[in-house]
Amino acid sequence: MSTSSNLQDFVTQVRRDILRQVHKVNSGHPGGSLGCAEFFSVLFKEVLETKDEFNMNGEDEDLFFLSNGHISPVYYSVLARSGYFPFEELNTFRHINSRLQGHPTTHEGLPGVRIASGSLGQGMSVAIGAALTKKLNKDKHLVYSLHGDGELQEGQNWEAIMYASGKKVDNLIATVDYNGQQIDGSTDDVLPMGDLKAKFEAFGWLVLEEDKGNDIDAVRNILKEAKSKTGQGQPVVILLKTVMGNGVDFMMHTHAWHGKAPNDEQLEIGLNQNPETLGDY
Amino acid sequence: MKGLGRPMKTYENTGNIDTRSGFGAGLEELGNSNPDVVALCADLTGSLKMDAFKNQHPDRFFQIGIAEANMMGIAAGMTIGGKIPFTGTFANFSTGRVYDQIRQSIAYSGKNVKICASHAGLTLGEDGATHQILEDLGLMKMLPGMTVINTCDFNQTKAATIAIADHDGPVYLRFGRPKVANFTPENQSFEIGKAVKLQEGKDVTIVATGHLVWEALEAAKTLNEKGISAEVINIHTIKPLDEEAIVTSAKKTGCMVTAEEHNFLGGLGESVARTLAQHHPTPQEFVATQDTFGESGTPAQLMEKYGLNSAAIVEKAEKVIGRK
Repeated sequence: MSTSSNLQDFVTQVRRDILRQVHKVNSGHPGGSLGCAEFFSVLFKEVLETKDEFNMNGEDEDLFFLSNGHISPVYYSVLARSGYFPFEELNTFRHINSRLQGHPTTHEGLPGVRIASGSLGQGMSVAIGAALTKKLNKDKHLVYSLHGDGELQEGQNWEAIMYASGKKVDNLIATVDYNGQQIDGSTDDVLPMGDLKAKFEAFGWLVLEEDKGNDIDAVRNILKEAKSKTGQGQPVVILLKTVMGNGVDFMMHTHAWHGKAPNDEQLEIGLNQNPETLGDY
Repeated sequence: MKGLGRPMKTYENTGNIDTRSGFGAGLEELGNSNPDVVALCADLTGSLKMDAFKNQHPDRFFQIGIAEANMMGIAAGMTIGGKIPFTGTFANFSTGRVYDQIRQSIAYSGKNVKICASHAGLTLGEDGATHQILEDLGLMKMLPGMTVINTCDFNQTKAATIAIADHDGPVYLRFGRPKVANFTPENQSFEIGKAVKLQEGKDVTIVATGHLVWEALEAAKTLNEKGISAEVINIHTIKPLDEEAIVTSAKKTGCMVTAEEHNFLGGLGESVARTLAQHHPTPQEFVATQDTFGESGTPAQLMEKYGLNSAAIVEKAEKVIGRK
């Protein structure tokens, strides 16, 4: 899986997985999941250096933490299709007795997940902790994390952001899914975020911006650039502009599909826009 | 009435010292014996007696600043890769302030974090109710998988601090600010979840935790002089509770007093009451705060005003015996 066309097939299949998961159980969060399909696909298929067997301690490998846990459908799809667990298990998303809980958790032992998330704003601190342990262990691998933009309204983030730069946690690459939407509306309507770049810079972070967060090549390049900036005394953040609902035309550019599942007809339209590539689960 | 009493086991106070210093001493020892132990503090290093660890192991000490939520998340993350984080701040900021962080990132995530909390309860003293948490045991025992420990003196706090490093799973360790009697054995072994019977008795059982354990021993002496034989049990572990020890003693004495520096809602007393209700219904009285906040004052003044001393235990013991 090294070419963009192959990875585009992967992304298309991930979109199908997202739609089918939330449709089947008539709940879940397709909008943000679709918007991050390219990011997850590039990260897991091309960027993360991981071992074949999942190990909670994650020593001598890169780590990823999902802070905005509600976009679990994309996380589960990419984990499954990267070999962490059988992709048939996507059938159990949000069902009783499933390892695929509504929000990701370690509690049911799902390989690939190292922290529970869902209550927002906690993932940055966890990622910092894992990064500090990597330093103590003289482990040169990196810690990646993903955060919603609306999630930055949670104050704990700013404790963590202050700490990471103040204490030179430079083995951390945080990405903000900068889609400008949250449940109640646009982030500008709910609580204006102001100049996120200036805020991170004022807190001492190295800030990278990518306006084409749904372009595989752009995502690949920005993650590569971010990696090249680690180890220089500063944490790195990527402000990744994405489109909520990307790849399903009626779900795009709106907060309406943040936490709503498509009905049968809507599913059909969405799937038709994203033909099967790697085989449905 | 003197002279009525039976011979009792005596406990010598080897000198008043704060339980938080026991934590500091235990942490210092762990620093040298266990390279995986790391310590995190939210700007209260001196108050938590973490200076020795900090000075001896600066690479494993993390000053987080006044940001307790971040501290709990960082601690959770540090377990990934095998570290055993000990967080240190006041009990109020170790629990209520960061409840959701503990719930999701530590308890639900099953992370091996030791939440070490000083200045619990009224004996924090003059700082007043903003800092005197009386709800923390309840908050923490409600979390699935959380072990909850409240130690009684310096020696026991030191032993508990060392012991919890070997326990795989999240722990809440509660101790306090004032200098109190140090009477349990030096270099004792500490078994999580195992009650310690301090006095044998037949008329009433006093189950105490934390600073109230010494008060319970004092109360037992007074009761003994009155011809009342009190059994005294030190419950250092609120969860998992040593139900067998409690039920066995209740069957013997037929009545129970629980004593804790905590709200009677949600604390040790309720755990004991639930145990007895299920296994051996027994009259019980509660030495605890009565659903109230604290206030400024000296520790002794506050413990007297809110009924958390040996005199209160004696009064409740006599009352509960009358209910048998």
